[in-house]
Amino acid sequence: MRAMANVLLSVENVSHRFGGLLAVDDASLSVETGSVTALIGPNGAGKTTLFAIISGFLCPTEGVIRYIGREITGEPPYRLALHGIARTFQIMQPFAGLTVRENILVGAHLRHRSRDVALAAADQVGCELGLQDMLDQPVDTLTVASRKRLELARALATEPKLLLLDEVLAGLNPSEIRDIVPVIRGLSARGITILMIEHVMQAVMSLAKHVFVLAEGRIIASGSPAQVSADPAVVEAYLGHGAAAKFEAAHER
Amino acid sequence: MLSFDILVPAVFNGLAMGAIYALVALALTLIYGVLHIINFAHGALLSMALFAAFFAFHLFGIDPYIVVFLLAPLFYAFGYALQRFIIGPVSRGDDRNMLLVTLGLAVFIENALLNVFRADTRTIDAAYAFQSVDFGFAFVVVPRIVAFFAVFVVAAALWLLLSVTDIGKAIRAVAKEKLGAELVGIDVAHIYAVTFGLGTACVAIAACLLIPTYYVNPHAGEAFVLIAFTIVVLGGMGSVLGALIGGFLIGVVESLSGLFFGESLGQIGIFLLFIFVLLVRPSGLFGARA
Amino acid sequence: MKTLALIGVVVAVLAAVPLVIHSNVALNFLIVTLLVALAGQGWNVLGGYGGQYSFGHAAFFGTGAYVTAILQVRYGVNAWVGFGLGIVGGALVGAVIGALTFRSGLRGSYFALVTLAFAEVLRIVASVAPITGAGVGTLMKLDLRPQALQFESRAVFYWVILALVAVVLVVTHLIERSRFGAWLVAVRENEDAAVALGVNAFKIKLQAMTVSAAITAAAGCFYVQYFLFVDSGIGYGTWISIEALLTPIIGGVGTLFGPLVGAIVVKSLGETAKLVTGDAPGLDLIFYGAVLILVIWLTPRGLIGGLTVLKKWYLRRLVPRRPLVSDARHG
Repeated sequence: MRAMANVLLSVENVSHRFGGLLAVDDASLSVETGSVTALIGPNGAGKTTLFAIISGFLCPTEGVIRYIGREITGEPPYRLALHGIARTFQIMQPFAGLTVRENILVGAHLRHRSRDVALAAADQVGCELGLQDMLDQPVDTLTVASRKRLELARALATEPKLLLLDEVLAGLNPSEIRDIVPVIRGLSARGITILMIEHVMQAVMSLAKHVFVLAEGRIIASGSPAQVSADPAVVEAYLGHGAAAKFEAAHER
Repeated sequence: MLSFDILVPAVFNGLAMGAIYALVALALTLIYGVLHIINFAHGALLSMALFAAFFAFHLFGIDPYIVVFLLAPLFYAFGYALQRFIIGPVSRGDDRNMLLVTLGLAVFIENALLNVFRADTRTIDAAYAFQSVDFGFAFVVVPRIVAFFAVFVVAAALWLLLSVTDIGKAIRAVAKEKLGAELVGIDVAHIYAVTFGLGTACVAIAACLLIPTYYVNPHAGEAFVLIAFTIVVLGGMGSVLGALIGGFLIGVVESLSGLFFGESLGQIGIFLLFIFVLLVRPSGLFGARA
Repeated sequence: MKTLALIGVVVAVLAAVPLVIHSNVALNFLIVTLLVALAGQGWNVLGGYGGQYSFGHAAFFGTGAYVTAILQVRYGVNAWVGFGLGIVGGALVGAVIGALTFRSGLRGSYFALVTLAFAEVLRIVASVAPITGAGVGTLMKLDLRPQALQFESRAVFYWVILALVAVVLVVTHLIERSRFGAWLVAVRENEDAAVALGVNAFKIKLQAMTVSAAITAAAGCFYVQYFLFVDSGIGYGTWISIEALLTPIIGGVGTLFGPLVGAIVVKSLGETAKLVTGDAPGLDLIFYGAVLILVIWLTPRGLIGGLTVLKKWYLRRLVPRRPLVSDARHG
């Protein structure tokens, strides 16, 4: 049981229906303040939909979302950003035609009205994320890894308390992943709470304190990374019906 | 309260006018459904076709109902060329650019007509223009009757083309899933041009049906086409059924409100309806996506 | 600061023109050019920086013109006050149309269509409403005194319109360097990403529309002070909707000097065409249609945009474009 006072974000019995399709089915999860929490699950499980709901891009058909105890269900993304919830996008959405610095500036402006102050803040965030050599470059000259860092930088510039990372490691090769994981850990060390959707298991195991597993719209498991990866229901969800039994059988032989 | 003998003919005439609106709207919705652009040049093309029919009548004495068989293929070719060689290459697939290019074409064509033919309004004097048929409860002029039936013929022909022929299937494929169509070897640029050509041909047919009872000047098409836009938005962008039903509906509404409110206010009414639909339900009554 | 200096230089050079050129015909041409540039500057705020292409900016131009004309002619309001109120009127119309259309989330072609429809509705209303003089229009009384914002010398009219253009240049520059401007461009480039970063897209677009409308309304107010006449075709006609969008697109959409450059280029070429082929109706618009298509084809970002692309292309030669397959190098 997690102490209520420590819960930053709480998703309570959220369901979402697209016409006849129930994409999210009575899902509940809670994110402890200062932790790194992961949301995993096979493709098509509904993670993206749930994320869209938490980040304000979709209004759930049922259920409640609470942030620092206050209900925020259905509030639009821009207001959530003001409250301190920022997100990155799985399919990167840079402001094309602007430089790296100008991109981060948009985020920085949320907390700083003056352009000069915001520019300074943007530079600082950019350096923190290793983009200092690229600040003046147009975004389309960046590698995939750098674009990911830019996504992080933009979100970070809004000075969030809760950072929602949508498959931030997708498309990176192993060495790039090795480089970016410490960055994420560093953000957590700073006190930023992180909720991440991830497929890259090594990162989940090393970063996350608590893991929720979503399959077919439902939360089927929750616990520490070790607990969850040993859970037969989770194995079945990823590898199919009967896989857990097969593993048991193979293991015993 | 107006009496039955005034209302019924108004409705009939509205239906007949609505048939032509429906045809113009059909062309617009076809182009939108496949190319996903709003063709701002539609009105200018209608004006052009009206002038073509007018001169065919005045210079060569050819009746509009005959010249239509010449103008339709001619305008098909023109529309094909416009899309294939101007709109397509210039806009390079960007929506905003397509918007501007069709606007540029509209401005160009309309003012070229203005420059060459001046702004005077002309009409043709066809012998049958005022001959009317007595339906018992209403008199309807011959051209309107012809238009009413012709539109059904054209709509049926289009439907056959789209559902039965190979090119029709290709058009539907491109409308539904452009990338997929390309991957199976369909020449999308060609299909786009064919569709635009078909739309332009429909407009030319509409002009020939229209000219016996309408007027000809460089702005005539524009006025007409804003109504067609309203219909397409009301019926749903890309919906053929919506264009047809919407056309007849608007024709009747226009006729009746012309009776009650006079012409200018009637026009305002249509625009307000247009704005209302755009704001409240942009996908229209039958449309798919907004 | 460099930009402000550049604005100063450009304005100073333009201000010196009447000292050299005295022909009324030439001054008239220059005044109309700056008038169209001003209307274009208005469009540019919403269309260029905001990325929302309006096809109905006549709605604001006409409102500015009619409000100031009617207030002066029917209610004896002072010309300067009328000018101000005309701008306010235009801004209000912009705010209303913006609130309705952005609330519905209309974008792209639909937005263009609905703005066109609004302008048309206003045109028809103005053509029948008694207060606007209906089909006859509103004629302003000739009163060549500065208090009535009318001047005997065309040079003074020229300086007035130049002052307006200069003020808007400065305002646009301030927008470029403000939070509002940064957010407006962000919404243009990627509304979802902007919203996730805390930008209230609806509010930003509405504000941009209001500013845009106010500027174009000012052009309308000036028009009626100079030409002393407005009717529904002049105030709310498609000609001004087209010229207001043409000048920034040709000159450089979303740039500071774009509308001014575009106005000068387009009007100059238009006049030349007329001189060469004789003054026939619609000739300049035929020309505009063709130029619009040419510009979209060759330099979609306009003339200034074309220069910027060249500069970026050059910069890119120094920093190679990275392929999407990442290399092993750090970051």
